Amino acid sequence: MSNTIGLILLIVGISFDLVGTLGLVRLPDIYNRLQAATKCVTLGTCMILLGVVFYTGFNSSGVKALLCIWFILISSPTGAHAIARGAHRSGIRLWEQSKMDKYADDREGEAIKQE
Amino acid sequence: MNVFIGLLILCIVMCLYRVGKGPTAPDRTVAIDILGTLVVGMCAIFTIITGKDFYMNIGISWALLSFIGTIALAKYLEGKGFDE
Repeated sequence: MSNTIGLILLIVGISFDLVGTLGLVRLPDIYNRLQAATKCVTLGTCMILLGVVFYTGFNSSGVKALLCIWFILISSPTGAHAIARGAHRSGIRLWEQSKMDKYADDREGEAIKQE
Repeated sequence: MNVFIGLLILCIVMCLYRVGKGPTAPDRTVAIDILGTLVVGMCAIFTIITGKDFYMNIGISWALLSFIGTIALAKYLEGKGFDE
């Protein structure tokens, strides 16, 4: 029974990974690629690790997999936020069909306020 | 299980395509970050295949090192020193 739940979680997680990396290849812009790839691959890898917990049971590898889930859930959005901030500050432009850029407006407002 | 390893290798090949082709430096940084997370999943599946638990140790340390490398690359993109 727990083997079946583990296999289903593994299949769903690897599907999320495939969709995320497909977005990394196909989307037009650094920011679009970032949001597609980071969210899908974080959720997919956490589901793979949860599948390992269900498949092997609550022994040493299962506890290590739970620890790894906790760490990935904290570190991956932090890294994505840092990359997006660094890319915007280093002057990478948005896709030409993007509608709005709120972060650039905020930074212009801060610059005017400091003057 | 071998099918799962093959699908993850397909994901890693797509990431490496983005590392090679990516027009700007942040594209390559995103692809390397995603590559680290995929390798953690691959270590988890190796744990199931072999039944040995030290692959999970490799996964945990790989996630730590990948996070530190991502933060360092993002600071480098922002144009600041590493201690600010």
